[in-house]
Amino acid sequence: MAADDLAVDRRKFVQGVTGVLGGVLGALSPLASLVPSRAWAVEMRALSNAQGAALLAMIHTIAPHDGLDQAAYALVAGALYKDAAASPEAAQQLTAGIASLGADFAQAAEPERVRRLKTIETAAFFQSVRLKTVLVLYSNPIAWAHFGYQGEAFSKGGYLLRGFNDLKWLPEVALAASGPMPV
Amino acid sequence: MSKFSLNDEDVVVVVGSGAGGGTMAHELTRRGHKVVLFEAGERQSLASFSQNPGAAFAQLTWLEPRTQSGTWDPVKSSPTMPAWHCRTVGGTTVHWTAATPRLRAYEMKARTTYGDVPGASLADWPIEHAELKRWYRVAEKRMGVTRRNGNPGMPASNNFKVMYNGARRLGYKRVHTNFLAINSRARDDRGFCIQQGFCVQGCKTGAKWSTLYTEIQRAEATGKLDLRSASLVTRIEHDSAGRATGVVYRDAEGREQRQKARFICVAGNAIETARLLLLSESGRFAHGLANSSDQVGRNYCHQLTGFVWGVFDKPVSMWRGAVLAGVVEDENVFNPKRGFVGGYHLELCALDLPTLPLVGLRYGWGRDFASIIDNYRNMAGLLINGEDMPRPGNRITLSKTVKDPHGLPVAHVNCDEHPNDIKLRAHAQNQGRRIYEAVGAQRTLFSETPPATHQMGTARMSADPAQGVTDAHGRCHDVPNLFISDGSVHTTAGAANPTLTIVSLVLRQADYISREIAANRL
Ligand SMILES: Cc1cc2nc3c(=O)[nH]c(=O)nc-3n(C[C@H](O)[C@H](O)[C@H](O)COP(=O)(O)OP(=O)(O)OC[C@H]3O[C@@H](n4cnc5c(N)ncnc54)[C@H](O)[C@@H]3O)c2cc1C
Ligand code: SF4
Repeated sequence: MAADDLAVDRRKFVQGVTGVLGGVLGALSPLASLVPSRAWAVEMRALSNAQGAALLAMIHTIAPHDGLDQAAYALVAGALYKDAAASPEAAQQLTAGIASLGADFAQAAEPERVRRLKTIETAAFFQSVRLKTVLVLYSNPIAWAHFGYQGEAFSKGGYLLRGFNDLKWLPEVALAASGPMPV
Repeated sequence: MSKFSLNDEDVVVVVGSGAGGGTMAHELTRRGHKVVLFEAGERQSLASFSQNPGAAFAQLTWLEPRTQSGTWDPVKSSPTMPAWHCRTVGGTTVHWTAATPRLRAYEMKARTTYGDVPGASLADWPIEHAELKRWYRVAEKRMGVTRRNGNPGMPASNNFKVMYNGARRLGYKRVHTNFLAINSRARDDRGFCIQQGFCVQGCKTGAKWSTLYTEIQRAEATGKLDLRSASLVTRIEHDSAGRATGVVYRDAEGREQRQKARFICVAGNAIETARLLLLSESGRFAHGLANSSDQVGRNYCHQLTGFVWGVFDKPVSMWRGAVLAGVVEDENVFNPKRGFVGGYHLELCALDLPTLPLVGLRYGWGRDFASIIDNYRNMAGLLINGEDMPRPGNRITLSKTVKDPHGLPVAHVNCDEHPNDIKLRAHAQNQGRRIYEAVGAQRTLFSETPPATHQMGTARMSADPAQGVTDAHGRCHDVPNLFISDGSVHTTAGAANPTLTIVSLVLRQADYISREIAANRL
């Protein structure tokens, strides 16, 4: 899924924190087709808006990508929430963990958020949120479009004729060290 | 497909359908022998391979947890997963990236060449390099290896252009698009590589050699193959004379069954091969089948690996193109002036998102970590593949704490790094860094050691029965009708990715087996 294959509508479709967690991606938004499922748009009934905002701020602090759509971060929160809904221990870890972030975490400036996360870095809560962030944040088409990763290309005939060798800022490779195009 | 009776004492049992077992099944069936091929995993196809990295991993990988101990990275970074291989028909040849270099002559004489390295159980291979070379040629033809037998090399990808230019500026000479068991043009009823870069998820075009749709399909066409997938062999049985009589297995419905056999070839990928021998302990073989030498499971080698990334200020798009289509061979030499014995390859490599941050980068978070991913499209990558030292204590045993769903202990892996391993890796990382700096990298990064993808040495070949598990044909010293047909028999690791050697040795072993049968010795 290439950025150049899709005209991604950059309009802000997520308004505010309540909007993020209870928000709905408009069915007509071009981004809707990028989202693997609508599961991200969970209503996090078990969490207050403040708790949800703190969690989202934590995920953002772990992987701060300016310009990456909030929907990608919301997918991580959604995945954590799903785990919590499935297991009382995970729910307990999540609510206690959010509490351990301290008051007004979401409103704190980034250096302060980093400082607070460092104090809980070895805790199971931090480690599970970090792992979930890496797993979910970078494995969805919204993020892939943002980072320019094009993903599978079998459906498009591979990269053979779609730029696998289009790098021009270095000299070409001698034929003896490589080989001819098969077509 | 053929079905042979559980009581048919004339069938050959092959355990595992990967590089070793799939090839052996083909070699025996095409010579007219009846083969029952056991595979613990399910069968997939070109059509069913998933194109989502996470789903493909779950579909193909051996996911049962293992336990481990020792000083190498995966003990901490992936505690339940010391090794990464498949559990599916075709084994890890479904996952593999198909680099097929040969071992070099000096590597097969490791003890003689390197001398007495304290703490290492180095030995010379009981086979001459010249003989193995004959079988390399046969295997390379069979697998369609590029740059051999007139098969063209692969065209250069963006990622390779970066490696090539950097390596040449450093003065390296043997730099090319690698020897690959991937069709650079259509051949063998399979198409050419379309450079889509999902080799690890299962090559949907079939351009990459995998026993799933080459050897196993041909074995089926002989009418002599009975493939039992989703069937885990749990024990090898023997008679009072110490000859193997058959195997105990769980069928696809989970029922315990017994299959009789004339002889048995085990190719479960070195960790599982050792586990199966250890699980098959008996009154006669109290420490595991074929283990009077106490060498089963020992000398486990996995080759030294690790990623090096160069971050540039211009795009590379490393994910486009066959994953391992590039190599620097110059460091695969014996040169103790570098401060270590053994050599290494630097091989082109790319990882997708999210695999890059999951296994390709050191632990991190925050702005610095995020800035790496922000530059994903500007990254070039390579993978170190170096010789590790065999050690008696680097060893597969049966786990004391974790059992599989059948109640059998899973494999425990102990792996301590040898000082030579640490020096070799540091040298390789530094050379990788210099390659990228030579072409203007803004930043270079190393990874931790990912889970092992190359497993070797756990039932090694030895001329002296006290020093190893099998003879020079992979025939167990203790059990004359039991053969080991995978990387377990490698006496030492060398720096060559192991699969070409595994396949070559299996072709040679099958030739030997048929001569032994003809001479009524098996
Ligand atoms: C991502 C990746 C990339 C790789 N790239 C390369 C490369 O470029 N070049 C290279 O040379 N090598 C590469 N390898 C390694 C290569 O895949 C292996 O060396 C090769 O497949 C080993 O062959 P094998 O027959 O020993 O085992 P496998 O191919 O792993 O097959 C073993 C099979 O046996 C089955 N099995 C095990 N125990 C039992 C049992 N008790 N009963 C029934 N079935 C059982 C397993 O389920 C498995 O399917 C790579 C590996 C990985 C993971
Ligand atoms: S890059 Fe080539 S070998 Fe790899 S999956 Fe694609 S077609 Fe197959």
